[in-house]
Amino acid sequence: MRPLLLVTRREIAAYLNSYWGYIVIAAVLMADGLLFNVMALSDRPKYSAAVMEEFYLHTFGLTCVASVFMTMRSVAEERQIGTIALIDSSPLSPAQYVGGKYLAALGMMALLLLATLYMPALVFVNGKVSYGQLFAGYFGLLLVAGATTAIGIFCSSISSSQLLSGVLAGLILVFFVVCWFLAKQVEPPLKEIIEYLSFYERHFRNFGRGQIHTESIVFYLSVTFAFLTMANRSMAIRRWR
Amino acid sequence: MIQAEGLTRYYGSFAALRDASFEIGEREIVGFLGLNGAGKSTMLKILAGLMRPTAGRVRIGGADLSLQPDASRARIGFLPEEPPLYREMRVREFIRWVGEVKGRTRREVDQVLPEVLDTCQLTEVSDRVIGELSHGYKKRVGIAQAIVHRPEVVILDEPISGLDPQQIVEMRRVVRSLKERATVLISSHILSEVALTCDRVLVIHRGQIVAEGSEEELGRSLGEGVRLTLRLRGRRSLIEETLAGSALVESYELLDDAPEIVVARLRLLRDEREALVRELVASEIGIRAIEETVSELEQIFLELTREASSPTMRDRIVGTRTSMSSGTEAQA
Repeated sequence: MRPLLLVTRREIAAYLNSYWGYIVIAAVLMADGLLFNVMALSDRPKYSAAVMEEFYLHTFGLTCVASVFMTMRSVAEERQIGTIALIDSSPLSPAQYVGGKYLAALGMMALLLLATLYMPALVFVNGKVSYGQLFAGYFGLLLVAGATTAIGIFCSSISSSQLLSGVLAGLILVFFVVCWFLAKQVEPPLKEIIEYLSFYERHFRNFGRGQIHTESIVFYLSVTFAFLTMANRSMAIRRWR
Repeated sequence: MIQAEGLTRYYGSFAALRDASFEIGEREIVGFLGLNGAGKSTMLKILAGLMRPTAGRVRIGGADLSLQPDASRARIGFLPEEPPLYREMRVREFIRWVGEVKGRTRREVDQVLPEVLDTCQLTEVSDRVIGELSHGYKKRVGIAQAIVHRPEVVILDEPISGLDPQQIVEMRRVVRSLKERATVLISSHILSEVALTCDRVLVIHRGQIVAEGSEEELGRSLGEGVRLTLRLRGRRSLIEETLAGSALVESYELLDDAPEIVVARLRLLRDEREALVRELVASEIGIRAIEETVSELEQIFLELTREASSPTMRDRIVGTRTSMSSGTEAQA
């Protein structure tokens, strides 16, 4: 556990000591604020619950985008600048390394989500927001961040360039998001499978409405576990070959 | 301390390393010498546990690297040619972090940290950000990260590349000081550096170890003959005729030094310098000076790498290596 936390600590310090973490957070907050202003707080009168649902929709999308940018440097940059040799020649296990990277990136994503809280707070002050919807929505966003960060870490672990890592993670996320549309185009039993993979439509929408479904929790945790396991395997294979 | 048997590494169909075997004892400084692309870095990466050999095995302190990689890595400190540094970290913070990642407790690292900083002459820059340091200091930070966990084996890939002359002298001192605690392996294509720093040299050429030993031993491995430098007085043509006709002389070269004075560098088949003197005197050639030439590493290296391409010479050179090496050569 200690080596994992050592990696996490260094990684968080790296995010905070470079412009990258701040740039990603600032860009996402700006985009989120603009979308909130334009879409959620439009001239048309809305219930607070509907405003919150729209807020969760674009925060979901921006969480996906932020996780790609937050993780694309993670392992790929170490490979590019050669510091991976330090890790590979140490007794640190691939699981500890991947876990440390993941926790740090997830920590930054949590920080980002925390910084978006002012928008629901505005609705809370001027309308009626249930604590349940607030909690469920943010719980869902954290689960989404966990899954998308794991996808980003995996893509970074198999890429030798940050750009490639970002593109790959972006493609995988686009696939998961558009699964609901793809599901409409195919016949059963493939239809059910693809529909189940839909990140937003099948799973996140419920969180945005204030509903927590065990199936969706299991789904996001499964995606997280699967991609972290693949990242771990990828590091183990590339480490000594 | 280190035993390598039959190390072979292929990149696709290209053999970067071929059947390399050697042993390295405790507290030795051993240099891997070879031209660019000879296989030095591949060799060091395998020994550091970064790369798996296609064939062969490595034992570090008796433990098989392939069977106990993590335990072996904890006993090794490695500095690649480009130091692996996190530029945004401060020197002290970085070295402490590496020590902990390599299995030491915070307390253990803090105990050795002042000594490590002192050994690598980093005390005065210990609170500076790594990215702001000069290349020479970055190399020293690279060495500090390789030794902070008190490894038994320190592997340094081209430790002096890119350093200025003053930094090279300092780096040489640092490397020599590591010998007090660890076995040190360095790679270099700079011959003088290897000669000055290392106790023993392994010459790698085209992925094979073509010779090993001290500078003196390598010189002897080239042949049993004696190398002499003579200052002779007489006509150049007469001197040339005499040396060419002598059955004692294997090879020679003549340099004009002054009018009627010729410097002859020659190699005798056997140590029969008295007989050579008699022949020269009989030809009425004056002998102003005669001295035995000690082979310098540069000359040895050039001869080894040139002649290793010739099968006959390769057999002869490799034949001077340790019995273990000869055994694997025979199997191959």
